[in-house]
Amino acid sequence: MKPLLLTLLLLLASPGLQAAKPPMLAAEPPPTFQSAAEEQRYRSLVSELRCVMCQNQSLADSNAMIAHDLRKEVLQLMRDGRSDDQIKQFLVVRYTDFVLYKPEIKPMTWLLWFGPGALVLIGAVVIAVIVRRRSAAAPVAPPAEDSQEW
Amino acid sequence: MIRRLLPLFAFVLLAGLLFVGIRMNSGKDTSAIPSPLIGKSVPAFSLPVLGDPTKKISDRELRGTPYLLNVWGSWCPNCRVEHPVISALARRGKLRIVGYNYKDAPEDAQRWLDEFGNPYAIVLADEDGRAALDWGIYGAPESFLVDSQGIVRWKSVGPIDDDIVRTQIEPLLAAMAVTR
Repeated sequence: MKPLLLTLLLLLASPGLQAAKPPMLAAEPPPTFQSAAEEQRYRSLVSELRCVMCQNQSLADSNAMIAHDLRKEVLQLMRDGRSDDQIKQFLVVRYTDFVLYKPEIKPMTWLLWFGPGALVLIGAVVIAVIVRRRSAAAPVAPPAEDSQEW
Repeated sequence: MIRRLLPLFAFVLLAGLLFVGIRMNSGKDTSAIPSPLIGKSVPAFSLPVLGDPTKKISDRELRGTPYLLNVWGSWCPNCRVEHPVISALARRGKLRIVGYNYKDAPEDAQRWLDEFGNPYAIVLADEDGRAALDWGIYGAPESFLVDSQGIVRWKSVGPIDDDIVRTQIEPLLAAMAVTR
């Protein structure tokens, strides 16, 4: 596993592949943080936000131009003293719930949040009803000895 | 009899559901984020004009007649694909086209316009892309249809083609002319 990973990383770092990227997407210098706490907060925030351009990546992972800009904006908003919720709200107002990996619970998202649980519950009820019916219909006498032949 | 057909009913129901799902999404770019701005005022901005950085245009100054805000950049290949359609729309003269030069170097943008032609009544220059965040812009090309009161009526992500002009922009424009 490890050698494979190493090969992949080397491949990614090879100059040939880097050159294929458009100039606008050149690797950005990592932001300089004022403190370890700030860095930690920033990292957890950008990994909870979804990139709007390449939608299977978080803001932290994406190399798209817009992700770069939004990361910069997130750090700026943090330094302006906004709370995590305010920063998320800032992005939701502009880019909809799409940016959140964990959308807030509201009527629009009830199905998303409670749907799976409701399905499990419905399934459990159905199974319970079937089991009850069968046990009511089955003979009360214990199975004969020879039923365990196998 | 009915009990034996129950699995078939379940299958038909599920197939129907999936079919509706596919139909709802076919021909649509499902990765495009719908704009939360629709029905709301355009975000407040004050952006320099391409070619004349000392002159700034604000959202208020654009009010009065409907316009199409067309986001483009010289670095954007699909903007070139879209360019003839935008130019044709501008030539018809029914709709003001405002260019939004997104994350571009002014000299590159100017060269692009010189080479392919300038369909825009005016071009706003957003070099660092900060104001674009307020619009919910995340790439180019994107277009917003804004009415005379400065309310966003429609947004598209990706290149506009003749079909979109005919089936979406023109009917909306006609509806705006009636209500005005």
